[in-house]
Amino acid sequence: MSTIAEKKEKVSVPFDYNKYLRPNKLPHIWCPGCGHGIVLKALLRAIDRAGLEKDNICMVSGIGCSSRTPGYVDFNTLHTLHGRAMAFATGVKLAKPELKVIVITGDGDALAIGGNHFIHACRRNIDMTVLVMTNSTYGMTGGQYSPTTPLDAIATTSRYGNIEPPFDACEMARASGATFVARGTAYHTIELEKTVHDALVHKGTSVIDIIDACPTYFGRANKFKSATHMMEAIEKDGTVNVKQAEKLTPEQLKGKVLRGVLHKVERPEYCEQYENLIMQKATSKK
Amino acid sequence: MAQKKKRLLQGNEACVEGAIYAGCKFYAGYPITPSTEVAEGMSVRLPKVGGKFIQMEDEIGGIAAAIGGSLAGLKSMTATSGPGLSLKQECIGYACIAEVPLVIVDVMRGGPATGYPTGPSQSDIMAAKWGTHGDHPVIAVTPSSVPEILTETVRAFNLAEQYRTPVMVLYDEIVGHMREPIAIPEPGELEVVDREKATCKPEEYFPYDDRHLVAPLAPFGSGYRFHVTGLNHKQDGFPTNDSKVIDRNNRRIIEKVETNKERIWKNEETALDDAEVAIFTIGSTARSARFAVNELRKSGLKVGLLRPLTIWPFPDAAVAELSKRVNAIIVPEMNLGQMVHEVERCAKGNCEVEGITRVDGEPITPAQIMHAVRRFL
Ligand SMILES: Cc1ncc(C[n+]2csc(CCOP(=O)(O)OP(=O)(O)O)c2C)c(N)n1
Ligand code: SF4
Ligand SMILES: [Mg+2]
Repeated sequence: MSTIAEKKEKVSVPFDYNKYLRPNKLPHIWCPGCGHGIVLKALLRAIDRAGLEKDNICMVSGIGCSSRTPGYVDFNTLHTLHGRAMAFATGVKLAKPELKVIVITGDGDALAIGGNHFIHACRRNIDMTVLVMTNSTYGMTGGQYSPTTPLDAIATTSRYGNIEPPFDACEMARASGATFVARGTAYHTIELEKTVHDALVHKGTSVIDIIDACPTYFGRANKFKSATHMMEAIEKDGTVNVKQAEKLTPEQLKGKVLRGVLHKVERPEYCEQYENLIMQKATSKK
Repeated sequence: MAQKKKRLLQGNEACVEGAIYAGCKFYAGYPITPSTEVAEGMSVRLPKVGGKFIQMEDEIGGIAAAIGGSLAGLKSMTATSGPGLSLKQECIGYACIAEVPLVIVDVMRGGPATGYPTGPSQSDIMAAKWGTHGDHPVIAVTPSSVPEILTETVRAFNLAEQYRTPVMVLYDEIVGHMREPIAIPEPGELEVVDREKATCKPEEYFPYDDRHLVAPLAPFGSGYRFHVTGLNHKQDGFPTNDSKVIDRNNRRIIEKVETNKERIWKNEETALDDAEVAIFTIGSTARSARFAVNELRKSGLKVGLLRPLTIWPFPDAAVAELSKRVNAIIVPEMNLGQMVHEVERCAKGNCEVEGITRVDGEPITPAQIMHAVRRFL
């Protein structure tokens, strides 16, 4: 953990966001108070910290408000179809393993329509960093319930309250075989930057479930007074860092979602396995 | 020249050889009868030539990964049949609008739905043309023998790379599963086309450069950082709401194919010079038709065969011209009438047009065709 002084020092260093943005593509489409932009900020800082080259980054997304991110960043960018980001990304990565592939996806994109690609990318442990922006709604289509909408919550397609239990993207990723699984929020930006950095330097499928707010739809429908109120209630008060959680009683942990790195293991990466095993065997046997 | 050594190959195996010959370096797909041997063959052959094979979790993943592979700069392919083709449709449209070179092999089986997996069919002809929402360009080639599957697969890659668009290799289960002797062409024997590379400065690069009908395509990671989207976009690849730009690009992607039809068309004519009745068909049905023509010619009947190797864009000009000099065009097809409507459209009433349909999972026989021809002579 860094000290407060260190944190202040870091924040005071001017960060050149424009180095990574496409300033002529701004303003972005996101509403005031939307968490997606905050996540982008953490991502750009993490990319810088990891020392990645713009030419070597390929950012792939699906469809949704979150998936609009690639349009604003100065990398090789691929905005695909709803749910298919990880499948397109798998192709890019396998074809050109030297690229650093980053997937930006929404909770609907990754876990509903794209659930199958999500599971299997994790299972293969193909080297890519996946940022799932979990705002518990389908923002782009106007606030329908998503696979992470809490029980009883109101959405435009659950006017009487949601009866579908929500998914836990982290448990899903871990069970599927992802070798780095973490959770962050748009509220805890410094922690998020660090988590994203650690995911970027991890070899294999790294998944970060990032809780962020859609004040426009989820917020209004569920009577949150403001975007900040929503962030405080869901992201600040509704979560706790895994390290801190160790000191808390089950009572105190009730209703809290864990943040931080939840799972990290080493396992052979898909593209390396392909090159080291398949290509070797194929070329050695005449 | 010494007689080249021939091998006995299955149609689907010839497809694999054609893809490798054309320089395909990436395959992603999901197994499905009767196309599975293409995937199996690619999984063996690709790693030997430095290429990549991946079996995805479904057909959507297969084509999506193949598009990704192509954007990363590798010639890419996916293969499927029936239900798999239905699943690939959204991504086919993506490749059309994002202008990504891609070869899609569809080995036709009976449908709809799971239908008749092991039975031959030619019922995807319209699915190949219209199988994705929105207006979009389509090129589809239709080989009818094992050696031709090889050469047409090479041509499909060439067309895909040249026009930056998905190209389908469409053949029925009979052609896909039959075995014939085939000589694998030597390097240099067949033309191999690569996509035009970007040569300008990265800051001047537009992936959809307005000055070109088909703009050069830089691979991801080559220093040209650009944006690709399935949304309507400007020449720089970024989304737009400008109705003029949307209109221009929606038309341009169709025009790429339309204005180059003459170069994309490929027809084979058999005994058409003095023909009074013509047969128009593809794939294994063309083999029955050729047999029928030979038999009928022996009895002095003036019948010939027009066999398109490019079914999309439809060979309008050849059919229109033919319709003016024959009494009838017979269109046998293993479906309930798909090509026949196109032939009628092109014939414009100049001659009779009659279809022969068959959907029982059995091939159309020469006898069926001869019977139909005789009624017009
Ligand atoms: C095949 C398909 N189905 C549905 C849609 C409509 N659609 C667009 S975005 C979206 C949901 C996006 O939700 P999420 O992925 O959570 O992203 P968010 O907008 O919340 O960031 C839907 C249903 C689509 N574009 N394509
Ligand atoms: S609708 Fe919701 S998710 Fe979309 S930009 Fe607005 S706040 Fe963000
Ligand atoms: Mg969402």
